Amino acid sequence: MKLKRTVLLGAAIAGLLASSVAGAVEEQFIGLPSYRVGPYASGGSGVFGGWIDYMQLVNERDGGINGVRLTWEECETEYNNARGVECYERLKKKGSTGNTVFQPVSTGITYSVLDKAAQDKIPVVTIGYGRTDAADGRVFPWVFPLITTYWSQASAIVNFIGTKEGGMDKLKGKKIGLLYHDSAYGKESHAVLDRLATKHGFELSKIAVAHPGNEQQSQWLQLRQLKPDYVILWGWGVMNPTALKAAAKVGYPREKMIGVWWSGAEEDTIPAGPAAKGFIAAGFNVAGANYPVVADIKKFVYGKGKGNMEDKARIGSVYYNRGVVHGLITVEAIRKAQEKFGKGRALTGEQVRWGFENLNLDDARLKALGATGFLPSLKISCADHEGPGVVKFQQWDGSQWKVISDWVESDRPLVRGMIEESAAAYAKEKGIKPRDCSKEG
Amino acid sequence: MQFFIEVLIGGLLSGVMYALVALGFVLIYKASGVFNFAQGAMVFFAALSFVGFQEVLPARFGLEAGSAAVFWLSFLLAFATMVVLGIATERIVLRPLVNQPPITLFMATIGLTYVVEGLAQMTWGANVRGLELGIMDEPIAWLMDDYGIGVSKFDLFAAGVAASLVALLALLFQYTKVGRALRAVADDHQAALSIGIPLQTIWRVVWAVAGFVALVAGMIWGARNGVQFALTFTALKALPVLILGGFTSVPGAIVGGLIIGASEKLAEVYVGPLVGGGIEGWFPYMLALAFLLVRPEGLFGERHIDRV
Repeated sequence: MKLKRTVLLGAAIAGLLASSVAGAVEEQFIGLPSYRVGPYASGGSGVFGGWIDYMQLVNERDGGINGVRLTWEECETEYNNARGVECYERLKKKGSTGNTVFQPVSTGITYSVLDKAAQDKIPVVTIGYGRTDAADGRVFPWVFPLITTYWSQASAIVNFIGTKEGGMDKLKGKKIGLLYHDSAYGKESHAVLDRLATKHGFELSKIAVAHPGNEQQSQWLQLRQLKPDYVILWGWGVMNPTALKAAAKVGYPREKMIGVWWSGAEEDTIPAGPAAKGFIAAGFNVAGANYPVVADIKKFVYGKGKGNMEDKARIGSVYYNRGVVHGLITVEAIRKAQEKFGKGRALTGEQVRWGFENLNLDDARLKALGATGFLPSLKISCADHEGPGVVKFQQWDGSQWKVISDWVESDRPLVRGMIEESAAAYAKEKGIKPRDCSKEG
Repeated sequence: MQFFIEVLIGGLLSGVMYALVALGFVLIYKASGVFNFAQGAMVFFAALSFVGFQEVLPARFGLEAGSAAVFWLSFLLAFATMVVLGIATERIVLRPLVNQPPITLFMATIGLTYVVEGLAQMTWGANVRGLELGIMDEPIAWLMDDYGIGVSKFDLFAAGVAASLVALLALLFQYTKVGRALRAVADDHQAALSIGIPLQTIWRVVWAVAGFVALVAGMIWGARNGVQFALTFTALKALPVLILGGFTSVPGAIVGGLIIGASEKLAEVYVGPLVGGGIEGWFPYMLALAFLLVRPEGLFGERHIDRV
């Protein structure tokens, strides 16, 4: 009798365990090194808000990626390198398969974790920042700049100016001023712009602005003397509105000022007030809430009270949409990796790396995702971790950003040549043997 | 020559903006011998509170956005916030540290910086805001047309505000009972206490006045560059001004500001291109360092004599 009861109890427990295993939901963990306090919190809250909202959308609308629900945890870096590394370490073993991908959203943190991530087999995704030459996947198999790089952006800006002037041949003899943040980030464009100046015959004047850039009177007096046909604003943070105000003060037309993607958000123009009207900026994503993907977020995420943004008016802003792009690309890379390693399974960072390297977001896929025109189509390969290298241009009309161009390409042969040169030099310095991409599966 | 004059005038007017921030440091240093590292954070908190109230009042109480009533009510509420912050600082940070070495008080203000920065973003959020004071940051037309010199209306307005503040503070320190008590406390805490000066009240008053100066500086800088975290960096511009003008002199802050402003702009324009530019950040510090070697107490600072 006692034996019978024990057997029955054992069978019941076994049955319970079996049913719970069968019903277990697979989860894919993504660690987010965010910055919502400190000097760059205004941008960080938008980027990470959009990013989390997109992942929430995939969970709420689709039930995850082929049934695998996304989980995430934020770790506050305050945009500080030491904290970024601490976050990397803290997040890397979380989740059933460890951290899937590390996206530092900071060039400094990227440099700090580059070697660690390769050892830990965690892909590092650096959309819109980080090392430009990491676009050469043969030398940097674990790093993915994706969409575009600083060099491609600089070249696309010159192409855009050429188009405005009526052709690249019209650039000969023109004067272009480069007002840049006096840091490694600000100097990133120098080499490529120097080569383009030589190639197209325009005169390039580089004018540095000391960090943080809240004083630019002398720089703008110099610019007024130089009388450039265009000014490229390679700014960051408070430097951007200060530049716009200073330009207004010396009477330089804002329509002739072209900013980079870290100069072209609402956070850069609103503080400048009317002085920002007419200003143009490049971007690998656009502003606006009228895209189906954003509409879905409003419906499936905010409709259920699960939205991440405290200030809902910022949904559709440049930084918010940039976060959506980060989320979308991450999800699509995981989806791609599942095709190879098993649908409905949680994957390791190494497996997701393959997903990034074989990512193909063509026009049809973007349409299906409700993101046509929201970001460019994208095809990544073993050798090319950048993709299209294109940007769109938006103009501030006094209250919002308006898209004024289609995707503008860079001088691909020139930029890719420079990337390969730089990556080869890095490989030589570090003793890295570049991968043979013909052998990659 | 015309370009030189334009750079010089622009520099002098920028210097006045630096002096505005430096004044807050001077006030607290004069009264308590404390170098208040948190002054930049106070500028940020004050300006953020001002624009925060400007948003809250119309939304919660139905007042007309952008009206004079909202402006002045926001100003008063922001000032009240700074007074509360000043009183809390005295009660929680300074009072337990009476008669401690200056370095202890200085370290306490470093901690205070992080608290104030965090409190500001926690209370009002991290969004960047614009601030319009109704004065356009554009050149005066007749100066531009007749002489080709661009002098901003906004910079002139800021200079006027700074001059008024200096006059007001000079009167406060020289001709009022509170002012004399402030100076006595600055000289010696214990001696001031022994003759019946209420140290705690004096400290509260001075932190409240420093809060007022921070609010004015924050509004001017905020109107120029937007109300954002970078306002805390204005403190970096004030440091060389203080070294030059002296930590204890209100007029010194103005003169120091003018010298730093003019010299950094002239250096950026005429020396900068020879060394790759971007020297505005460090040049004032180099100048201040050189000045320290000649006159350690600054232009108007009190000469410190130790008898041995």
